[in-house]
Amino acid sequence: MKLIPTLRRRLALSAAVAITISLTAFHSRAADQQFFPLQSYRVGPYAAGGTGFFGGFIDYLNLINLRDGGVNGVKLTWEEGETQYEVERGVEVYERLKNHPGIAAWNPLSVGIAYAMIDRITQDKTPLITINHGRTDSTDGRVFPYVFPLLLNPYSETSAIINYIGTKLGGLDHLKGKKLVVLYHGSPYGKETIPIYELLAQKYGFTVQQLEVPHPGNEQESQWLTIRRAKPEYVVLRGWGVMNPVAIKTAQKVGFPADHIVGNVWSNSEEDVIPAGDAAKGYVAITTQASGAQYPVLQEIVKKVYGAGKGNLEDKNRIGSVYHNLGIVNGILNVEAVRTAQEKFGHRTLTGDEVRWGFEHLNLDPARVEALGAKNLFHSINVTWDNHEGDGYVTFQQWDGKKWNVVSDWIAPDWALLRPIIEKSATAYATEHNIQLRTAADAERVETKPYVANK
Amino acid sequence: MKASLYRFPAWPGTVALLVVGYGVIPIVGNSYLFEAILTPFLALSLAAVGLNLLTGYAGQVSLGSAAFMAVGAYAAYNFNLRVHGLPLLATFVLAGLVATALGIVFGLPSLRLRGFYLAVSTLAAQFFVQWALTKFSWFSNNNPSGVIDAPSLRILGLSFDSSIGRYLFALTIVVVLTLLAWRLVNTQIGHNFIAVRDNELAARVIGVPVLRTKLLAFAISSFIVSVAGVLWAFAYLRTVEPAGFNLDRSFQIVFIIIIGGLASIRGAFFGAALLVVFPLILSRVGSFLLGDRFDSGVLDMSQRIVLGLLIIFFLIAEPDGLAALWDRLKRRLLSTPNNL
Repeated sequence: MKLIPTLRRRLALSAAVAITISLTAFHSRAADQQFFPLQSYRVGPYAAGGTGFFGGFIDYLNLINLRDGGVNGVKLTWEEGETQYEVERGVEVYERLKNHPGIAAWNPLSVGIAYAMIDRITQDKTPLITINHGRTDSTDGRVFPYVFPLLLNPYSETSAIINYIGTKLGGLDHLKGKKLVVLYHGSPYGKETIPIYELLAQKYGFTVQQLEVPHPGNEQESQWLTIRRAKPEYVVLRGWGVMNPVAIKTAQKVGFPADHIVGNVWSNSEEDVIPAGDAAKGYVAITTQASGAQYPVLQEIVKKVYGAGKGNLEDKNRIGSVYHNLGIVNGILNVEAVRTAQEKFGHRTLTGDEVRWGFEHLNLDPARVEALGAKNLFHSINVTWDNHEGDGYVTFQQWDGKKWNVVSDWIAPDWALLRPIIEKSATAYATEHNIQLRTAADAERVETKPYVANK
Repeated sequence: MKASLYRFPAWPGTVALLVVGYGVIPIVGNSYLFEAILTPFLALSLAAVGLNLLTGYAGQVSLGSAAFMAVGAYAAYNFNLRVHGLPLLATFVLAGLVATALGIVFGLPSLRLRGFYLAVSTLAAQFFVQWALTKFSWFSNNNPSGVIDAPSLRILGLSFDSSIGRYLFALTIVVVLTLLAWRLVNTQIGHNFIAVRDNELAARVIGVPVLRTKLLAFAISSFIVSVAGVLWAFAYLRTVEPAGFNLDRSFQIVFIIIIGGLASIRGAFFGAALLVVFPLILSRVGSFLLGDRFDSGVLDMSQRIVLGLLIIFFLIAEPDGLAALWDRLKRRLLSTPNNL
């Protein structure tokens, strides 16, 4: 008989405890926080890129929290979901995290996942960042208000690579009659640049042969035999993950010189060349951010984040590697967009649309980049409501067997040439999807109510 | 003994499930449940129902299911894009018919080959379709990256684009096709399937048209699998690239029917639940309990180990799959009162 009152008391007690806990949880959540949902990948064929990039991103967010106590007092928080670079897993993580309060921006680092999210995040009014990759025509902010291929879209990358090869040959007019081969990854990312290479070939009068390497790319004998037969002047490697070292090794096997292979922005990391060993000596690749840990912002991360035992990279030798530095640059751009938006909307948790406004006014000139401790890590960015790439600069680096050495100045891609092509593709998308072109006035209208998913 | 003689009719269970599916889940569920769990679960269950007709009932092993899903998705996309004013459901049917025709073509080797040899020949479908979709950019409307965006789900002016709408849309199509499949296996055609599977020679002797039966199995199965592909693309991902329908997906569907139970419509749903829904639950429980201590990579690896162990456990407990396990459980539960 006594059992029942005891039970009841216990229940009442535990209910009280539960309520207190949930109230405190609710209360601490109510403190201002800005949340970054991370669709990361730490296993699978692209784990090297994933761990480096998301490691750098998290390290920078940690630095802001530890050093400054957040952005103007607003703490940065995040949660990871493993995607293995697979679209359906990325969508699942999106659905899982999309209702989290205070989402700043999505950073999936996968073209496939980004494509699947465009409709969804446009509905949610939350920015989608595809730094150095993504859908080229999303540069046109009139059609894609929430998508940001920051720093370098695939067409700009292509244009910069062709300019570099032109300079090596003694000027762009020397491209005439030459032959190039583009070896691309068999994925949406890899195919994105097929039409622009064709177009530039016509413009400059060189011939281009584009060869696909099926995902994940650990077998390339036949492609390199074709290259040997074609005898091109240069090979552009548009690879990703394991495809890159295999390409460099196979090139050596068929006798193609490494210093005539130019890697694109996803074939430019230590993880791409170290496994290839000596075969990679002399290999050149484009980059938007230099490697190395000598920059002040990295020194601070080493001291304050790794010093406090909060560093995200398991292998400390990877601090300052290309992917790690890209993650840090991505962190800088995200955090500065939040800061820009805070200056306009107040030092509080922002809505996704307010952060979108922040990205559309993200202007980091070389002086500001230096103030952030990132001078020479990356050049500058100036995003506007209709230019979502932000005119990033690139540089070229050469592998000497131990480290990357910068072999060019900061170079601007040929934006004037590319803009009409991008606009044409974007407006075609707008027509197909019945999208009204956004104007500068539309871009200033900002949703300040937090997003709530409906059923 | 008495208990096993009494057979419960199947319809109350079915009705109860429909009531839950249409009445309860839409009220209690949230958008995560609809969009991330139930819609992919329904699409893959339907694909497994389709493959189960072919492999479980008619005994023809196929490793090309993902190819037929891809055919469905791309065909529906193209019909929708190129024929203006075509109703959405009509594009589904037309996509199914395209896949049916292709299914018959790739079913032809089954007239001469059996077992593993047939399985290998169905791989041809898998590789051919993926190659063709990548090679000819016309299929993806010349989109440079080869990715297509799904159209919005509208039927007779009614929009199904919300989370709940996508779920109900997928549920309705799956229910209709599953009921048709369920009726089919109880007709003469279904019996012919089983006869061909169990003993081709004996089937021929008792007058079953073996060749026609096999091709019919390929045709019907391809139709259902391709509609599952359309659901996967239109209702779930809302975008599709050919690599999303690779050999891994084909294997996944084969595993679903093996684990769920061959020659069982219910088994397809059990198997899909174990292979699609369970890893997600495991992942959420894992990141909830251990998320602070381990990174997502370690968690993901441990989930795979747990899932692998569970599959081994289930198959040892009941080699005929989860459907058989369920039957045994039900029998035991229902027979207990009589034994008292």
